Amino acid sequence: MTTEPITTEAKKVRNFSLLSNRAGAAFLTPAGLLVSVFVIVPFFWVIFVSFTNRTLLGRTALNPEFVGLANYLALFDPATFFQRGQFGFSLILTTQFVLASALIGQALLGLLLAWLIQTVPPWIKRLTETFVIAAWILPEVVIGFAWFAFLDRDAGTLNMMLNAIGLPSGDFLLDQPFWVIVVFNTWRGAAFSMMLFNSAFSSIPPSYFQAADVAGATSWQKFRDIAVPLIRGHIVTNLILITMWTFNTFTPFLLTNGGPSYRTELVSIYNYRVAFQDFQFGKGAAVGVIMMLINLAFALVYLSIGRKKKAPGT
Amino acid sequence: MKFPALFGRIAFSTLAALIGAAFALPLLWFLFAPFNARAELGLAIPDPFTLSNFNTVFGNGFAMQALWNSLIQAVGGVILVGAAATLAAYALSRSSIPGKGAVTYILLLFSSVVSGSAAMVPIFLIISAAGLMDTHLAVILTFAGGLLPTAMFILRDFIDSIPKSYEESAMVAGASPVQAFFDVALPVIRPGIVVIVVWSFVNIWGSFLIPFILLRSSANMPAAVAIYSFYSEAGTPVVTLLAAYSLIYSLPVVALYLFVSWRFGFRFFGGIKA
Amino acid sequence: MSNRLRALALGLVGATAMAAPAFAVDLDVTCRCVIGGVNSATAEWIENSVIPAFEAANPGVNVRLNQFGGEDAQLTQQLALDFSTGAGPDVSAFDGFLIPSFVEGGLLKSLDEVAGAEVNDWSGWDALSEGSRALMLYDGKYYGIPLGTDVRMIHTRKDILAEAGIDADTWQPTSWEELLDAARAIKAIKPDSFPLQINAGVAMGEATTMQGYWLLLLGTGESVIDENGKFIVESQGILDTLNLYKTVYVDEKLGDQRAQLLADGRNRSFANFRDGVTALLLEGDYFYRSVTPEGSEFAVANRDEVQGWAKVPAQEPGKGIRGQDFVTISGGTGFVLNPNTDSPAEAWAFLSFMNEPEQLSAFQALQPRITARTDVEIPDSPFLTETSQTLLPLTTARPNDPNYNAVSSEIQRMTEAVVSGELSPEEAMAQYKASVTAIVGADNVVSLL
Repeated sequence: MTTEPITTEAKKVRNFSLLSNRAGAAFLTPAGLLVSVFVIVPFFWVIFVSFTNRTLLGRTALNPEFVGLANYLALFDPATFFQRGQFGFSLILTTQFVLASALIGQALLGLLLAWLIQTVPPWIKRLTETFVIAAWILPEVVIGFAWFAFLDRDAGTLNMMLNAIGLPSGDFLLDQPFWVIVVFNTWRGAAFSMMLFNSAFSSIPPSYFQAADVAGATSWQKFRDIAVPLIRGHIVTNLILITMWTFNTFTPFLLTNGGPSYRTELVSIYNYRVAFQDFQFGKGAAVGVIMMLINLAFALVYLSIGRKKKAPGT
Repeated sequence: MKFPALFGRIAFSTLAALIGAAFALPLLWFLFAPFNARAELGLAIPDPFTLSNFNTVFGNGFAMQALWNSLIQAVGGVILVGAAATLAAYALSRSSIPGKGAVTYILLLFSSVVSGSAAMVPIFLIISAAGLMDTHLAVILTFAGGLLPTAMFILRDFIDSIPKSYEESAMVAGASPVQAFFDVALPVIRPGIVVIVVWSFVNIWGSFLIPFILLRSSANMPAAVAIYSFYSEAGTPVVTLLAAYSLIYSLPVVALYLFVSWRFGFRFFGGIKA
Repeated sequence: MSNRLRALALGLVGATAMAAPAFAVDLDVTCRCVIGGVNSATAEWIENSVIPAFEAANPGVNVRLNQFGGEDAQLTQQLALDFSTGAGPDVSAFDGFLIPSFVEGGLLKSLDEVAGAEVNDWSGWDALSEGSRALMLYDGKYYGIPLGTDVRMIHTRKDILAEAGIDADTWQPTSWEELLDAARAIKAIKPDSFPLQINAGVAMGEATTMQGYWLLLLGTGESVIDENGKFIVESQGILDTLNLYKTVYVDEKLGDQRAQLLADGRNRSFANFRDGVTALLLEGDYFYRSVTPEGSEFAVANRDEVQGWAKVPAQEPGKGIRGQDFVTISGGTGFVLNPNTDSPAEAWAFLSFMNEPEQLSAFQALQPRITARTDVEIPDSPFLTETSQTLLPLTTARPNDPNYNAVSSEIQRMTEAVVSGELSPEEAMAQYKASVTAIVGADNVVSLL
């Protein structure tokens, strides 16, 4: 590569490409191989199987048949679509779950935390950060059990505290399972948004805020008029990732098993039940494909919002 | 300082501290129960304080071996993800390979399908055909493949945000592009790599399903599976032992986080943006 | 060849022989059993009795037991994936009701197909009781050897019945109403208790279908499948069954609704019985054998005095299946051979060896249970002797249908919708009809309304 003529090198710099295609390809090879074998091949397998009636057990395990769109039509069968324990119910539940726990919960709480810890004393910042990040990095089996103990009707920490301030105990896992998993997922994932926004805020030149201080702006005004517009790109990335993660998350299963009465059966849990408890791979694959299309739709919407709003500014 | 500003700072601090406390609450139980020989689901100060739960846990050879297995699988996976993602993300950011813009988004979407349980079957078949069933390598490779798209996505954004002038000036001074990568770019993107390392370690360390499907012998099972040996015959948790083992099982990720945040500062450095 | 060379050659032969004796065969055995954990007695039996005796009788064969500590469904997943790729243990514990779906999926082969015709010459076949023989039989072929069978009954807390003024030693309800009356009498003196436990809901899995729904449905004279093999999706029997659930869990709160809905509900129901919160609990003999003995987690204090049993009555006398007054249902487990085993002869030798009377008696010494073989005594267990003699003649088996598993999930869902108070019995049955029709097709369902 060092033998290449200077002119090519110069041309590359003009094209904003520091790496020749050959070197680039070499750099991509290890990741390319791994991703091909463990992501792309399974991906096409899933697409293919979603058009068959393949099962793990029973007659169609040995001789799966091509059934066209039958799996998809069954999932969207209007007769059962909205019933609890069916695909439509799960899908609506998951949409509410994403809205409440990712967009409102994680993103807003993360934004608030990131903004707060810009100004608070360092020891509060360290402590708060550590607990928020601990919730994010501890193993999910441990977290699942911690929450199980926390919410226990008879002896859990939460009810103990409620009783201490004179409030009655609650049977949260049975009475409010949906809100339990919303709060749980917000708690579990807020760290990522906090860290991302935190880094975004610290990348804003301090002079912008100093100018606003001179003009007598309040914290809210600085937040709304300076910080948020400047980190729009980060917000879009964050929303794409946390939406996708929340949409696919399986961790609430450890807390509720999808119940009671399927009231917390998110699509990922529905998918698990269809594929691994009922052993219907064809139908499970169809669920997986639809989940991907929904993720795609989310990503496109965010990207178009990000682009549109960024355009006038830049 | 003017009064409203002071008031505002106190309000901010109080709010931040309150949120921090709320995040700590569900974990409080884990600080006490492991040291209580009669721990139940309720929160109670250990009386007497004891290490007997830990003694019992250390006596469970399967569970202790499992921690080591988790470490092998997590470290192996992290090295593979870190190296492959760095190289690939750098190529995607700095070369002019056609279609590179779309590729990370598409891979990210693909990986969202594969992370669903439906893809466990093809992955099982691939590993089985490769003769890798019941090996650490099976788990390491599968995790590496599954985590790479997201790792590349995060890291590419990070590298995009670093001015190209760093490497350009090195190349003007006569360095080859590969030299520029190793000597100039790599040190600059290290904070991004650290984020990827912690993120993938945490993911592999905590994961249950993939090792459960790909491993068979108890000698290879990681801690996420072994923790179920602290459930009783009927499937109810043996609270005391479970709490003690959970604490041991959680220590490596906490230690990793503390080390990284002390040594490198655990943050994104304004790296990620679309 | 010089002496030294010869010595070296001999030494090499010796060394390889040490590492792998001539014709050495390794056998892997899997069961959902862990010494000191789940099904501990089975694990101890195989590890400490069967394997040493078998290895002594068959030099050159090494047998290793994989103790699987996960859930039943997880073992099913692993076995299905393994059997489909030629991997997996040579011999494995197996629940009889999964045989049809495994066979139809090409994941199991009949024993004589795996190990040859000598299988049919085994002396043990004639010793199997009629009912237990069917447990591992499909399409007229044996796919495994059944280890034991079970029966279902009402387990009672005699001390609590006595408190409510009921003579516990003679108490035997002859109709659902009498069963409810006993529960009401207890509820009257102990308003906070949940006297009656009939399994329901999704979380309990197959325990809902086998220990709850079936026992009631058989009492209405119906079954899940009609005599032509079609699934009954609408009937008075289903409605009556669901209405009984509604009476127990919704209308009169005779049962603990939470235990049917929460993920760990079955254990909660066991704890209720242990703590005297529940006095009447429908379960298999498993409950007596494994759940309440002294030293176990749900041990009932002073068990010989306070724990008793009664037959499950039909809705009305004579209204049960085949016109019976009382009903029960049996399932059973056994061991199967891996269809792709490398050592079919040795695997079969091991399977038949563990099912000889000598080994089965060793198992009985560890944990008495109702055996599949008639020539093995149940030692010193009046409870098992009495219940098996009374109930085996009355019993019914689950249908041998590859779709049974999926339909069973729908049954669990239907009961949960009713006991949670979310749907009326009519609505729940309508949903059941739609779902089962979608699973088995409109040609394979029938309405009795």
